[in-house]
Amino acid sequence: MASYNMNQVRTGLKVLESGEPNVIISCDFIKPGKGQAFTRVKMRNLLNGRVNEKTYKPGDLLEGADVIETSMQYLYTDGEHWFFMNPDTYDQVEADAAALGGAEQWIKEEDICSVTLWNGHPILVAAPNFVTREVVETDPGLKGDTSSGGNKPAKLETGAVVKVPLFIQTGESIRVDTRTGEYVSRGKT
Amino acid sequence: MTGEAAEWRPTAGLAALKRRAAMLAELRAFFTERGVLEVETPLLSAETTPDLHLEPMSSRVDAPGVECRRMYLQTSPELAMKRLLAAGSGSIYQVCKAFRGGERGRWHNPEFTILEWYRVGWDVHRLMREVAALIETLLARSRRLKPATYNSYADLMQRHAGIDPHEASIHALRRSVADGRSPVDTGGLDRDDLLSRLFGERVEPRFAPDRVTVVFGYPASQAAMARLNASDPRTAERFEAYVGEIELANGYGELCDPAEQRQRLERDLASRRGTGRPPLPMPSRFLAALESGLPHCAGVALGLDRLLGLDLQAGSIDELIAFPVERA
Repeated sequence: MASYNMNQVRTGLKVLESGEPNVIISCDFIKPGKGQAFTRVKMRNLLNGRVNEKTYKPGDLLEGADVIETSMQYLYTDGEHWFFMNPDTYDQVEADAAALGGAEQWIKEEDICSVTLWNGHPILVAAPNFVTREVVETDPGLKGDTSSGGNKPAKLETGAVVKVPLFIQTGESIRVDTRTGEYVSRGKT
Repeated sequence: MTGEAAEWRPTAGLAALKRRAAMLAELRAFFTERGVLEVETPLLSAETTPDLHLEPMSSRVDAPGVECRRMYLQTSPELAMKRLLAAGSGSIYQVCKAFRGGERGRWHNPEFTILEWYRVGWDVHRLMREVAALIETLLARSRRLKPATYNSYADLMQRHAGIDPHEASIHALRRSVADGRSPVDTGGLDRDDLLSRLFGERVEPRFAPDRVTVVFGYPASQAAMARLNASDPRTAERFEAYVGEIELANGYGELCDPAEQRQRLERDLASRRGTGRPPLPMPSRFLAALESGLPHCAGVALGLDRLLGLDLQAGSIDELIAFPVERA
């Protein structure tokens, strides 16, 4: 991979720091009128999500990380790994629970997910922003409840538990925002 | 990011352009009232300051009778203004552009506006008070600042970084820098680089946003063109003025001794060679002026764009200049 000097670092660049892939979220040029220049870089570790700050000298180099974000189709899970396929090349990759980071409770076979690959291995999987899933378990609503009323938990076919309006019944499909985990509407059937 | 189509547009709003014009009028009134003469000196010159941490930009000049073809855009008007002082100008000021290669960031643009002035017969402490008065005057429209505070560099470093900047070992400085909130690989950093890093990380963030903070008594190794303090030669008669953590001005009790000035220039030129940077000429017209006699004086340079930024509570220098380098 290419190296980047301090004039080339910018927000969004993927770099290696202590051997792990990071994405740069901000960089500040610091220079006293009569003193050494520095670049203060804030970056998020793509493996654990932690944000770190480090300061570099003008001659320092950052090594680029081979990180790409791609759309892949979810195939299946064996309970330990989740398998995804590149729909153009049919190449398959397997992601572990750390890479899924909760996305597994939303995704269903054939969903197109955003998969971040580092040196070809998945390190981050994001479910589609919106999914329509069947409710497999929820308390029956009380008579007379309307859509403006309270809510109750509902378990989806993929495992997530979502707060839904009282009128939603087991067997119905609902549309959910996977980024917030919130109910959006009744699903189209 | 804006598309190429919008790149003809200024990044500063009309309000900033108007405020800049008003501020220029106010500072001219300030100096006229005090009997300081406005001057102009060349932006492009055969001589430049061989500062270790400034990279001058240069241009090839072809014109009849010009012997020196490589000329430098000034990093500050200091050399030329001191030649005027040596020629008997009395106290002078100048508002001009300065150019520093490689400097671009939230508060840096390679081309920026400097206000620089010299007070003949003044000592550095009197000039420090005038700097605070000017900043307070130019910011009076937008904010009422509390009275300025004056602190020695050593006191601030002791208080906020737990370091005696004049006595601490380089190992202790390295350890402190490596322990910081934003660690840096200290390899290749010398004593002054480490001090400068500690000052920026531990001290500057403590400066109050509602007053001018003046710092004086910088280490002798960071004297630049300041004379050394006669009563404590570990320190130089150099000061800086801040509002919050924004560095606004850098001033000196000016070094008038031509022999010492020549020594420092030779040392800086040698250090530049040692780090493989482009060679710069010895500024001999400047030295000749010192030899003919620079009057006892104190001088200071102030970043006018940043002062405007404080006035308008801007988030970056781009909001204050019509066309930053990417759109210039």
